[in-house]
Amino acid sequence: MASKELNSTDYIEHHLTNLTYGKCPDGTWSFAEVHGKSQVAGTEASCNISEMGFWAFQVDTLFMSLLLGFGMIFFMRRVAKRASSSKPGKVQNAVEYLVTLVRDQVQDNFTASNNPLMGPLALTIFVWVFLMNLMDLLPIDVVPWIANGFNAPNAEGGAIHYFKVLPVADINAPMGMALGVLILIHYYSIKSKGLGGFLAELTFQPYGKWMAPINVIFEIPGFYAKQLALGLRLYGNLFAGEMIFILIALFFGGFFSSFAGVLSGIAGLALNFIWAVFHILVVILQAFLFMVLTLVYLQQAHEHH
Amino acid sequence: MNFNATLFGQLLAFVFFVWFTMQYVWPYILEALEEREKEISDGLEAASRGKRELDEANQKKAEILEEAKKEAADLVNQANARASQLVEDAKATAHEEAERIKVSAQSDLEQAAKRTKEELRSEVAALAVAGAEKILGSEIDKDRNAQIIDQIAEEL
Repeated sequence: MASKELNSTDYIEHHLTNLTYGKCPDGTWSFAEVHGKSQVAGTEASCNISEMGFWAFQVDTLFMSLLLGFGMIFFMRRVAKRASSSKPGKVQNAVEYLVTLVRDQVQDNFTASNNPLMGPLALTIFVWVFLMNLMDLLPIDVVPWIANGFNAPNAEGGAIHYFKVLPVADINAPMGMALGVLILIHYYSIKSKGLGGFLAELTFQPYGKWMAPINVIFEIPGFYAKQLALGLRLYGNLFAGEMIFILIALFFGGFFSSFAGVLSGIAGLALNFIWAVFHILVVILQAFLFMVLTLVYLQQAHEHH
Repeated sequence: MNFNATLFGQLLAFVFFVWFTMQYVWPYILEALEEREKEISDGLEAASRGKRELDEANQKKAEILEEAKKEAADLVNQANARASQLVEDAKATAHEEAERIKVSAQSDLEQAAKRTKEELRSEVAALAVAGAEKILGSEIDKDRNAQIIDQIAEEL
């Protein structure tokens, strides 16, 4: 669906740009400016994304993840309200299957205590990440096309020229969750071992307390790397998947202009199908991994090494 | 690929969703789930208990049947024994009775014969006397006659 005015580089760049609303150096809040014009038609943009620095919100990421998150809790709440032990309906059955799966994972991976947070935490992670990952399987230009008032994503006429539909391909979404897990890990580490015990674990191992500086060099990066990797793993997998979809989408560029374009379009369809089928696995696997690793790390936080 | 305030937006959203799930979703579904699991396991247990009870009842039934059969057989045997006993008794009684009747009949017979003999004797004596009177045509001394008659009667 790349329009004629866009070359491949522009097309890819367009798909990797978030709809951003932030604070410019001159102190005003506005949408970002890309290639000399505002991301949203009819608004004045006073700076580009990199100039905004920290005070910027990726509106598309927030919108999609909140939409999916609220959809999730609305749906779950409906099921939970009507849940009864006798004769479950199809929907209740499906949700119960999910809850059973999560409960089994919690029981297998988190044995430290009977913490009532673990089940809901694992369920939220699994379902929310799954739903966000699932956005990757939507045809890549559909949501930007809708956002732009059913115009080609970057064309004039519509309202919103930039819209990234996949929240997890924005580093902030997976790292936001990983940050939550990181906070929980610190909380439970200190709660179960005491601050001293927690610090001792990072400094007195593996070579005893006289080698503390070396121990710190080993332990601190190891401790934080695994938590950083929790978010980066999800981001990396889904970003790469999205990237492949964008590249495959380039095959459709010349569909209406030449015979070769038609051939490449057909090849693109086949590739898109194969990658989508493969990606179904990634979508569910990454959601599952995020959940299980969270439980494993929290279990480790309770254990004394 | 730029970190910004979105990170904290996502973190807050995450915290909110986890809190909501913990407060309003997870306990309800889990409760229904565990209740049903309990109902099912109770049901299975009840079924196996019922089956066990049925087996026991069947066994008991067979025992009772066996006992009843034995009792019936005993009763029949007893009845048979009693019946044959009765028959034996009746036979014995009848035998006795027959014997008694025979004996009394015999004694009756003997008595009758004796009485007849007596009668005959006295009749013969009278006839002899009458005959003799007729022959002699005279009165014979009754005392002597009587003596003679008695003698004759004795000899008869």
